[in-house]
Parts: sequence; structure tokens; C-alpha cells
Amino acid sequence: MTEAASAQGPEASVPGPSLEHVGAPVRRQGPPGAGTLMDLSRPGRRAYSLPALDVPEREIPAEHARRTPPALPEVAERDLVKHYTRLAQMNYGVDTGFYPLGSCTMKYNPKVADAAAALPGFSRLHPLQPEETVQGVLELLWLLERALCEITGMARATLQPPAGACGELTGLLIMRRHHTERGNPRRRVAIPDSAHGTNPASVRLAGYEALHVPSDARGLVDVSALEKLIDEDVAGLMLTNPNTLGLFEEEIERITEVVHGAGGLVYYDGANLNAILGRCRPGDMGFDIVHINTHKTFATPHGGGGPGAGPVAVTEALEPYLPVPLVTRDEATGTFRLERDRPRSIGRMHGFHGNIGVLVRAYAYVFLHGREGLREVAERAVLNANYLAHLVTEAFPLAYPGSRPMHEFVSTAAPLKERTGIRAMDIAKRVIDLGFHPSTVYFPLVVEEALMIEPTETETRESLEAFAHAMLQAAREAETDPDLLHEAPVTTPVRRLDEARAARHLELRW
Amino acid sequence: MRFAPHTDEDVRVMLEALGLDSLDDLFTQIPPSVRLDRPLELPEGLSEPEIWAELTSLARRNLSLDELVCFAGAGAYDHYVPAVVWALAGRSEFVTSYTPYQPELSQGVLQTLFEYQSMICELTGLEVSNASLYDGSTALAEAVNLARGTPGRDRVLVSAGVDPRHVETLRTYGRGAGYEPEPFDLEDGRGGHPEVGPDVACVIVQHPNRYGILEPVRDLFGAAHDGGAVAIQVFDPLSLGVLAPPGELGADIAVAEGQSLGNHLSFGGPYLGVIATRMDLVRRMPGRIVGRTVDVDGRTGYVLTLQAREQHIRREKATSNICTNQTLMAIAAAIYLGWLGPQGLVELGKRCASKAAYAAERLAGIPGVALRFPGAPFFKEFALRLPRPAAEVRDALLPRGFLAGVPLPEPEEDTLLVAVTERRTRAEIDALAEAMGEVLA
Repeated sequence: MTEAASAQGPEASVPGPSLEHVGAPVRRQGPPGAGTLMDLSRPGRRAYSLPALDVPEREIPAEHARRTPPALPEVAERDLVKHYTRLAQMNYGVDTGFYPLGSCTMKYNPKVADAAAALPGFSRLHPLQPEETVQGVLELLWLLERALCEITGMARATLQPPAGACGELTGLLIMRRHHTERGNPRRRVAIPDSAHGTNPASVRLAGYEALHVPSDARGLVDVSALEKLIDEDVAGLMLTNPNTLGLFEEEIERITEVVHGAGGLVYYDGANLNAILGRCRPGDMGFDIVHINTHKTFATPHGGGGPGAGPVAVTEALEPYLPVPLVTRDEATGTFRLERDRPRSIGRMHGFHGNIGVLVRAYAYVFLHGREGLREVAERAVLNANYLAHLVTEAFPLAYPGSRPMHEFVSTAAPLKERTGIRAMDIAKRVIDLGFHPSTVYFPLVVEEALMIEPTETETRESLEAFAHAMLQAAREAETDPDLLHEAPVTTPVRRLDEARAARHLELRW
Repeated sequence: MRFAPHTDEDVRVMLEALGLDSLDDLFTQIPPSVRLDRPLELPEGLSEPEIWAELTSLARRNLSLDELVCFAGAGAYDHYVPAVVWALAGRSEFVTSYTPYQPELSQGVLQTLFEYQSMICELTGLEVSNASLYDGSTALAEAVNLARGTPGRDRVLVSAGVDPRHVETLRTYGRGAGYEPEPFDLEDGRGGHPEVGPDVACVIVQHPNRYGILEPVRDLFGAAHDGGAVAIQVFDPLSLGVLAPPGELGADIAVAEGQSLGNHLSFGGPYLGVIATRMDLVRRMPGRIVGRTVDVDGRTGYVLTLQAREQHIRREKATSNICTNQTLMAIAAAIYLGWLGPQGLVELGKRCASKAAYAAERLAGIPGVALRFPGAPFFKEFALRLPRPAAEVRDALLPRGFLAGVPLPEPEEDTLLVAVTERRTRAEIDALAEAMGEVLA
């Protein structure tokens, strides 16, 4: 940024109205002294309501009996409602405002999907009901599986993994089984240095060592380094494409060829699938195993950190290893069943059939959009990311300016820090005071002072421009009024929290 | 139906700002050889009324527990979910938020999880819990990883009273982690004699066990500790108003399926993995943990803490790969436990135990039907031995409006597991006994 630009304010270049009012959207603090639910507890107060005991009372044998009831809070239902309503108001969600967290795909969650999942015909089903009483939900799961296979270009899928990381472990255990059946499970799995932390953690849980693949100057897999690393000791490669820098691996065919050439498998981490829906498919790029985060691509709500769902799709060759049970359709009768007799399966990844309530929502999302709608999702997501990158790049340059980003982009606050001492975290906290949830910061680890921004397709041009104004205003204030950033946030129920103290003096319960 | 809000004018202005002619120009970095040159083979998108009609039609093709009187359990139970639970947990500030990595904007989720952790500690009599795992089965797999921290102690002994789905899940996870769960037999449906050598990492006991029976937990965990192994208990959260807590019984790690804590059955998920343990294991605990601290002004606040254990910091050295968990289900659990309170939990436990005892008496009174483990103490579930394959009997009772229980697979195909929650009335139990009598006559 030049002196002139800084004096004038870089946001002059951004269209749309500048911020007319500022202040965090999460400001509720409640009455003075409001504490935990336990602080509201008074002996004898109660919320519960149970029918009278209509059979003879049966005593628990003395050696098994609890002597004193657990010290749970004793509150009225009115207390519960006030307390948790207040806490909800102290929380920011997609419904509250713009949530541009890179790698998280915080898009709008359609309400009709929530309403469908709450239908008693889905929510009031026992997981061990006989198959003939659950044909509707089995058909839904089967149709969703077929759709996910078409979207990813794969043959079959399991919907059982309850989250992306569990999907990763599922995929890696499938990889392990594939190699074991060929006589040697192999020892290592290759992972780019820009990968999500779950990748190396899952690799270790699957009994493998992580082999790190460097990125090149463009932020892409260094293919010549990869060629040297891959040998017959490598079970496979895990890759996100577009990668965590939001960049498409242009040499993807060469990459999958190198891994396949040594007998390895290629695993697609579906974290960024939103960017390519209907444009290209992992199966067509040569991937063998794909996991999907329904809570990213298919707009199932994140729930404050979960639940998600992490379906895993595979090629026909790997189909026998999918977890049990697997929903199958009897072609003769058109009925659906849970197939358990699969002798080459890796086994069970979840106690029952996975996060069904989440999968119902994903089904609603997929079929609301259909073939054209899904393609449009990717187009608008990439358009929004590129437009926002364009708006903020003057103050926060792209970490890898040579490549066009897709659905998200990684900027760096390193030049700003160099000049002013203001860090990415300070920018994030100031953006809170300006009314927004900040971007992801300090990820991926390969970028210094990373700001990872993913606007998603469901934001309007106006909200992108308003966020850009906030980012640029924060950058300008870094030069003119850095205390505003050091002190931020000041409009939230609490200000910056002492995380070091939290880890040193552990208070993990009341 | 679509949710991207762009007008044609928006697209034009944005492309112009980027110096591009068309949306296709945004995708030039995808090599032509891997581009999809046809539309996806999916139907045209539906309007909201159309998707609603389709989903309600699929839902109607299931027989829900609004239409069947449920005596099925085996790890998932038809407890009542009070209206207040999802009126609050379903608030969109909770539902549509992300993991609370920006604590100033996430105090609601963070404090609720802190309260959840506190209540789980109170329930279990253990010192520390976390912000949730996926479900009961995967929580047990995480507990085993936590217990296998001592070099040379690798073996995992599992009571034959542990839910077979938990054991199958352990077997899968064990293929990666390098162990094979080794079952030890029960005697008359409970107990057994684990041989705890110096190479044993942990002994796993489920109490109440897979047949609903109360286990001699203190003896089993005494044997585990005498052999230097970690004692892991699989527990039922709603038993802990009336049953002694895992901490008192000697458990070092306790895990549970938390579905019964205010979560709907939903054909198996989303459920809630509950875990609690001793403070000395906290630095190897899997998953997110919320801690209380202060802000720069000295005000109380909450943060994710001990993150150096977790995958996003520690990568391949992390204690687990879990990232997304079941936070919303933990929020529901906190609200539900707040609704119950100590007295409600005791009253609920008494109702389950008393109604189950009544049902066992009634059903075992049917000619040809008997308790499979007569005399063994149980909580809310029991195993019935039937004169015909249990699946047949269960199926014959469906048209009469009963989901009579969960039939066990071979070689226990004559056994029906019957669970009785506080929702079941004496009249329903009597009606089931009558209908089962007729079916078997």
C-alpha cells in the first residue's frame, strides 16, 4: 500500500456504501452477575414433569445403588429458558451475519431441510426397527448415495461416518485393506504441507506414517518433489483439490498418475468440493476414495462444531471394503435393506447408521438444487471469492498471487505486520467490532499471517462489499490508530480472553 | 430452488470488476481433460413445495414410534424429549454457528459446553469431560486409544457383556491402531474373569450390560487395577440417578451413548459420544475441551483449551483425529439435564427400573416365555427367552402396534431384548403381554 492510498483510505476503491454503523452483532451480556445454570440453582426448585409411578416401586439392590443424587442444578423451566436464550444471544451464527471462515464453507442452511429432518417419520425411528418399517428412510439414503456418487464420479458410497475426520479414517482403513489384501499394507501416506490437521492425525490412527509433500512457489503440490517421494512403501496420497490455499491443482492428472504408478491410491479430501460441483469430479481426476463434508458442501448446519456427516465414496474396485451395514436395493422387488454380510468390509465406523438427521438435510439440499443448481452453487461461490479477493487485495495481498483462487482465498497480513506490528489476529478482532465474524486466521500453516476467506455463494454483493470495507478500514487503522486493533474487540460480551491462563489453571467444570 | 442471491446485474458488475467475460473464465485453471462436459445426471432442481412433498412422502413410508409402542433399546432408547430442549438447542444462533474458535463471538456455545462438561462430571463422579465425541461406540474406541498410552501394555480385554456394535467398532478402529479386542466370557449373563497380565492396557465393562444386567463392576475393576490396567466403563447416563456412578465403582474412563439425554432416536444419529476421566489423563484426552478463564478486563469467559492435544495444532502427534463433533447434541444434553435436575434424574431412574421389573414379570408369565437370566439384577432392559425365533415374534407384534424389542442374532435368536423407559405405561405393558401371549398361543 502506498502512502497516498493509506492517507486517502484504501476503501475508497471499494464500491457500495461504507459502514454506516459499526458494532458487534453479539452484544448481549444479561443481567449483572449472570453466571452458570448452577448459580441459579435453589434446593427444591424443579423443571421436570414425569407421570406418576403406575406400577409397584422396585428398589435398586443396595450394592448397586447411588447414595447421593448427582449435584445437578435445581431450576425452574423458566430459568432454563432465560439462561439458554441469553447464551444463544451471546453467539454468532450464519443466521446472524456474514461468516467468511475459510475452509469451513459457512453457507446458508435452508430451513426446509431442518423441518424435514424433524418429521416424526425420520426423527422418531429406532435404528434397530425391522427393515420393512423403514423403507422410506432407506430409500432416501440410497438415493442420496447415488447422487453423491454421480457428483463425485465414484461407484459406491457409505453414509455412515459421522464427520469428515471419521470419513478420512474410513477411507484410510479402506486403503489399508486394499494393500493388505495384496500382501503388504505399506507404511506411509503422503500429505501436502498445506493439508488440514485431520489428515496427518487420521493417517496415524490408520497405522501409517505421514510423509510430507512440499508446495511449490505457486502454492501447488511440488510434482517433481512428489515423484521423488512416492515409492512402493507409500500406500497413497491424501489431497484436497482445490487445495487449502483455494487453488486448483492444475497438474492433478500427473499427480494421480505418479501415485498410481507406484501402486498407491489417491484420496480426495472433500473439504473444498463446493468449488467444483458440476464442473469436474474427483473420479474423473483419478481419485480412488472421496470423503464429503455434508456440513460444508451440502449446507447441513454446523451446530456450533457438530454434528456433521462424512460420507465416503469409492471406485468399484474398492466397493467390497466399504463399512457395514450398507444400504442396498433389491432390483427384483424394489425394496431396500441394510446389507451386513460383506466379508471383505473394513467393519463398522459408527454404532448405528451414521448421522441420519444430517443426511436427510443433505438430501433436501441436493435435490432442491438439482443438476443446474449445484453447478450454479460452484459458480457463485467462486465468483464471490474472486470478487472479495479483488476488493481486499490492496491491503491484504494474496499469498500466491500467480494463481486464480477458487471458492476461497488466502491473503496475508505479513506486509502490514512488517510495517505496523499489527497481526492477522488483531485484524480479526477489529473486524468483530465492525460487525462481522472474521475470517480464518493462521491457516494454512504454510502462509505467514494467513487470512483465509471463504464467502460462499449465499452472500450478496452488498455483504461482500461491506465486509471488504471493514477489512480495509481495519488495515487503515493499523497505520493510524493501532490501539483500536490492539484493544479489539470492545463491543462483545467479553473481550480478548486469557487463553494461557485457561491452559495453566485448568477450570474445566463448575 | 436456489439460495445464491445474485441478480444478472450483480454477476455482470462482479465479472467486469474482475476483468472477465463469463463465469467460465473463473474455471480456466481446471485442465480441459478433467472438466465435466455434460450436466450431472441428477433431476432438475425442485421448488420448496415439491421437495417438501417428496420428503413427507418418504417419511410416511416409515412406521414411526408415534405409531408403534416402543420396547426396543439395545443402545438407543425411547425416552421423552421435553419440548423445552429443542426450543432452546434449536435456536439458530446455536444451530448455524461454527466451532467456537473466536471465543468473543461464541460465549453461548462455549459456556453451554462448559455446563455440559460440569454436569457429566457430576453424573459420573469423574473429574473431567469434553465437548462431545460422535457416539457411544466411537467414544469407546477413543477411550481405548486413551488407555493404550503405556508402552508394552497393548492388549484390550472386553467383557462379552459389552454391546456387540461397540465391539465391532473397536475391531475396525483396532485395525489401524494395532490391537484386536479380546472378549472374556460372562457367567450367567454377568461378571467373568479377565486375566489381566502385564501386557493388558485396559479392561472394558458395560454396566448395565448388553442384556440390561447390573455387573459386579467393583470386582471386575479391582481385577483390572490389580493387574495395572485401565478400567473403562460403558454406562447409561439416565441410570445414574439410581445407580452408583462410574467414578465410585473404580472406572478410570467412562463412556456412554448420550442419545437418551434429550436427543431424538433419528434412526441412529446424530447421537452423542460422552466421555469422562481422571484429571491426570486430561492432556491425552480426545476432542475439544472448554475451560473457564478471564478476559483482559477480568470478566469471566470461556475458551477452547489444551488445544495443543488436537489435530489442528499437533497434526500427526494429536491424541485423536476428531474435529467436527456433536456439539449441538451436547447442548441439548445440558438443557435436558438442567430440566431433570437431581430429583428428576432419580425419579426417572426409579420409573425405568420399576416399569422394567413389572414388564419382566408380566412377560415372563406368558406360557413358554422366561427371563433368560433369572435372578440377575437389571435396570431398564432385560433378555426374554421365547419359544420361537424372537424376530418372528417381534414381526408378528408389529401389526398390533408394538415394537416389542430387539431380537438378537444367531446363536441367540431365541432372545428378545426388551427395554422399558419412563414413557411406557402400565396399560401399554399389560397390552404387550396380552398381545405377545396371543401371538405365541
